[in-house]
Order: sequence, then structure tokens, then C-alpha cells
Amino acid sequence: MTEVPLPYRVTRVHRETADTVTLALVPAGPAASAPFVPGQFAMVYAFGVGEIPVSVSRIGRRTLHHTVRSVGAVSAALCALRPGARVGLRGPFGTGWELGRAAGQDLLVVAGGIGLAPLRPLVLQALAARSRYGRLNLLVGARTPGDLLYARQLRSWTAQRALRHCAVTVDRSADGDGWWGHVGLVTALLKHAAFAPENTTAFLCGPEVMIRATARDLLHRGLPPRRVRVSLERNMRCATGHCGHCQLGGVLLCRDGPVIGWDRAEALCSVREL
Amino acid sequence: MTSTTLAAALPAEHRERLMRLAREVSFPAGARLFEEGRRAERFWIVRTGTVVLDVHVPGRRAAVVESLGHGELVGWSWHVPPYVWHLGAEALSPVRAWEFDAATVRELCARDAAFGRAVAEWVGRVVADRLRAARIRLLDLYGPCGSGSRP
Repeated sequence: MTEVPLPYRVTRVHRETADTVTLALVPAGPAASAPFVPGQFAMVYAFGVGEIPVSVSRIGRRTLHHTVRSVGAVSAALCALRPGARVGLRGPFGTGWELGRAAGQDLLVVAGGIGLAPLRPLVLQALAARSRYGRLNLLVGARTPGDLLYARQLRSWTAQRALRHCAVTVDRSADGDGWWGHVGLVTALLKHAAFAPENTTAFLCGPEVMIRATARDLLHRGLPPRRVRVSLERNMRCATGHCGHCQLGGVLLCRDGPVIGWDRAEALCSVREL
Repeated sequence: MTSTTLAAALPAEHRERLMRLAREVSFPAGARLFEEGRRAERFWIVRTGTVVLDVHVPGRRAAVVESLGHGELVGWSWHVPPYVWHLGAEALSPVRAWEFDAATVRELCARDAAFGRAVAEWVGRVVADRLRAARIRLLDLYGPCGSGSRP
């Protein structure tokens, strides 16, 4: 973990959607002191503008990929970067998905919107050690077909037999967008996923309302709450558990999260004041 | 949201009774199952393929609002007066389905209170499930500001 941003160089910028890019970053000096694991995040610093938390969306030997959506001043500055530009990076921070604890079980990965970004390295990790796990289901929801992240990779995953079930749904399709896939909420895809609830670990990331709806459905189907892993988001500043901005009840999400079990998250997510 | 497929939502005894009224049908891709504003005289349970529910919008392709697949109920307006479809439905791919005559099922529901209650519960769960999903989608949660910026 680093307190001071380390310099990283942008080697590639891939435009995912109209407002979202994936940055490939390599160390321009010493690398982060510890390797990232899926689910963790970095504080990415746009020099002269500010710093924001961004989940790692792919982990290479030297390269870190971060998918950034332009929603504010810092994220807009990061989205405007070109190859060769430099950023500051602190991390890794927070908890990971802990895929290893799901060995031998069916995996159910449910992503909504940009929530697919922190889940992508988990899917890649599971595919790289396919024999360690049972059936792998990936369910993805997006606003429109044009808002789907990693569209090429999703098509490739859909075609792969390594995934037992890969399904994508959109909230709405517009005239002429060429969408012939599913339309509806991501929870509707659960009906067609192949998993044994008593032997499944689920990994959820997306808007909190979507997480709550999906987690409740999974509990109704018999998954124990501790095997529903969710990634939560609050306003993170220091990322080291000192400032308290990301406090959710007794949990500091930058340190104790962002990934926690639904057995802890359920009560916290139902308190309006939090 | 709970499972609303026929197998999960209707007790076996009533499911068997309902299935005795079913007939097998198939639709080619692009076939219209029903149109908004027409009498809801039949309903279907999808066996294979995908049916989309849509709304006619002048000057453009019908707007798809929901996709339905294996085991799912196509249409609930047949169960609720005035028995008129408020959406359209089209086979997105070749579809095989169980088809039911709405009047026959409604008559059986009226004759057998237990069966009628079970069917009403099943249809109610379908409607509730789709209402919940529609409400969440109304929030446009995947949009730039999630469920809306704070004042």
C-alpha cells in the first residue's frame, strides 16, 4: 500500500462507450508495492485536478487496466488522457473478491453498468483456472446496447463453452441500435442461469438498488448470505481508513471493503441514513 | 424478485390441471402473438425461444420493453378485466410454446376455487415481478448519476 502516488504511464486508451474508457497503465518508476487482486481499487491521480478511486479492471504482469467513466472533473480528465500521459497511482486498496474460497463451487457473477469493470478480472481469473470451479455464469445488465462495456470480450465469452451461461440484458433498446438480445432487468436473467444454490458463490457489483434486488432474489433461491459477495461504493478519499468519508456503519469501505459478504452488507444497505 | 416460471410458481396438482388445457404451438421468428388493444383471448408459456413485449410508437420500430424466455408466461391481461392487451408481443426467434384458451381457463378458475386461487397467485406474482423490475428500470440506475443527483 502506498501513501504517495507513484508515477504510471498510460500505454493505451480504449474507448469502451461514449463516456467510458479503459486506461492501460505501466509503472514509470517503482511499481505498486503489492500486486493487485480482483476486486481491489487504486487511487488514480490526474495531475493538477485530483484523485479518485478506480477499481482494477484487468491485471497484467506489469500492466494495470482501469476503466473510468466520465462523471466529474477528475474522471473527465482521466478519460481525456492519451497514450504517453502520466498519472499518479496509490494502491492496492481494499478487499478482493476472494475467488479462491469458492473453489469447487458454481460461480454466479452479476454485473450492472460499470459494475462489470471490477468483476472482469474475477471472470478472467476463473477462466484461467477453469477446472477449479463448477459452472460459471455471467449475467450483465446495461442501460442500452451502446453502454455495454467490453463488448468484444462479452461476445467472445458468450461463444465460449468455458462459461456455462453468459447473458446480457439492456434496460432499453432504441430504434436502429441493432439490438436483438434480452431486454429487462438483470435479475430476470437469474431464471435461466445454471447453478446449485447450496453450492454457489455469487459476486455482485453495480448500482446498490440492483445489488439489493439481486441479493434478495439469491437468498430466496437458497444461497447463504455469506456466499453472496458484493462490492459497495461510498465517497472514498484517503483510502487508508483514516478520514472516515467511506464509513458505512461500522465498516470503512476503503479498508474493510469494497467487497464484503451480504451477511454484513444487508443490514447496512437497509439503513437510509447510511 | 421470485421465480415466476410455471414450474416454480404453480403447485404440481394445479399445474397438471392447467397443462391438460394446453396445446402445443410454434411461431416463426417475427410472428405477432398479439397486438395492443385487442381482446386477450389466449395466453402462452414459452417452451423454447424468445418472445418480446413491445409498444407501438408511430414512425419507428416497436419499442421492446421486455424479453421472455423458457417457462415464462406471455400475457396476463387475459386474467384481468377488461381482458384487453395493453402491449404487443412478437417472436424474436422461432418459438415453441404451450397455448391456452383464456375463457376456458377463466371458467375453470370460477368453478374450482382452489385452482382459481393458485392461478391468481401465479399471475399476481408475474405481475408483481414485472412491476418491480419496471420500477427499478425507471430509476435509470446505470445512467451517469445513478438514481439521481442529490439536491
